[in-house]
Amino acid sequence: MANKRIIPVGPYHPLQEEPELFKLYCEGETVKDIKWETGYNHRGIEKLSESKTFEQVFFLVERICGICSTSHPFAYANCMEEIAQVEPPNRAKYIRSIVGELERLHSHFLWVGLAGHFLGYNTVWMWAWKYREPVLDLFEIISGNRNSYAMFKIGGVRRDISTDQIKLARKIMNELKKKNDLLTGAVMDDPVIHARTKGVGILTKQDVMDYAAVGPTARASGWEIDVRRDDPYAAYDMVDWKVITAPQGDVFAKAQVRLLENYESIKIIEQCLDGLEKEPEGDIEVQVKEIPEGMGTGRAEAPRGEVFHFVKTDGSNSPVRHKIRAPSYVNIATFKKSCVGQTISDATISLAAVDPCYCCTERMAFAYDWHTGKKIYDGNQLVELSKQKTQQIRNNA
Amino acid sequence: MGLKSFCLKKSLWVFHLAGASCNNCDIEILDVLTPRYDVERFGIKLVGSPRHADVILVSGSINQRDKPRLLEVYNQASKPVYVVAFGACGITGGIFAEGNTFAGPVDQIIPVDAYIPGCPPKPEAMISGLSKLMQTI
Repeated sequence: MANKRIIPVGPYHPLQEEPELFKLYCEGETVKDIKWETGYNHRGIEKLSESKTFEQVFFLVERICGICSTSHPFAYANCMEEIAQVEPPNRAKYIRSIVGELERLHSHFLWVGLAGHFLGYNTVWMWAWKYREPVLDLFEIISGNRNSYAMFKIGGVRRDISTDQIKLARKIMNELKKKNDLLTGAVMDDPVIHARTKGVGILTKQDVMDYAAVGPTARASGWEIDVRRDDPYAAYDMVDWKVITAPQGDVFAKAQVRLLENYESIKIIEQCLDGLEKEPEGDIEVQVKEIPEGMGTGRAEAPRGEVFHFVKTDGSNSPVRHKIRAPSYVNIATFKKSCVGQTISDATISLAAVDPCYCCTERMAFAYDWHTGKKIYDGNQLVELSKQKTQQIRNNA
Repeated sequence: MGLKSFCLKKSLWVFHLAGASCNNCDIEILDVLTPRYDVERFGIKLVGSPRHADVILVSGSINQRDKPRLLEVYNQASKPVYVVAFGACGITGGIFAEGNTFAGPVDQIIPVDAYIPGCPPKPEAMISGLSKLMQTI
């Protein structure tokens, strides 16, 4: 093609923290097509999971993604509890929801900061990340680590939240509300941000439905989906909150949804802290002696959208098959709609708008022989193999 | 002290290379640039190209696909360059060392000058590690 230029973004690009490769096919300033390559981040987690015991898998799935390090254990716990037929006590449910919402807070602050950074507006980055610190402090007090909290286990949680910690959490939430006011004001009323994000990277409701996008990406295009409301788990049906949506579908709407979700998260945390005070202290888990043979699915709403886990067990102490679907896997595909037709300078913020997380997304593209380096299956053959297996299962059923 | 070491002593420019990481180390690396920790006061700064870098900070385990690219980045960097393995995965492979795509910890691929342990290392650990590295120069 005569005038088409390829602009590579990645694999190690200052724009993205993680390794990935985007190829922007450009004509002049306009992006005409986009292709993306991953695999730099593939760690074989689904296979690794089969070599771990059910309790150890929590520490593994936590490290699928550092930012969603509660959502994956959350979905996995929901899944295992479906197989084992146990219901965690109310106190554990509240603690789970608190940790989940704290994670959403820190993730959304992080995104607002990064979005500001991508726009060349480093003040927003510095502010947002400064306001994120108290949330991480609270995590450190509750769980002992700033990221990767290791709070979950089958049938409950590992650590209780004490009365002193509840008081501290309330104080931090009160301060955070004011800081979020400030940040929301700064982002919503800023003429520069308006100019750079309004009407940029638009996804219509039909687009997000076609690409099956989830989370804030879908909600910012007016599609009201949220696993916390549609399929309530933990304490989400015991508290009062609402799903935030925006109809426009541009980058500004995505920022708006995330900033307003912060208020909902704070609201949920405050109600959960109220609930925690009514429940007896120390009642945080039910004993699960063994996991029966069976299959289960678990869902959880991560800051980026729905996380889905499927586990098959055979009565032994580790999973036979563990299938994971992370939200970015479907969200990243929407780039094709949001970036094409934009200028190169708007492509970056359109990419960043879905809060992509490549470490969740990695999939095997081909299988090869370890010793000879020869390809055994390529991507299409694997897809074909997968189709045949589905057909077999259908025929047998 | 040679001229090169003298030039490096005061301000280290860091190129961050994320291998097959879980993103945790990566966000903690960004975190040390923000107001609470603010490593820029020590002259430490993230740069976009290995050619500008004095330090290559490698986080995450290295898989088959990353390995040749890590070597290429190391070869591109102007010497002397210091390599820091960041986090449990960078040092040993961590929880992913048994994975089917794992291609060895960083120090078996390129020479490493400093290790910063943790999963993820706290920002204080990173500041401490980099200041110790500066003292050895």
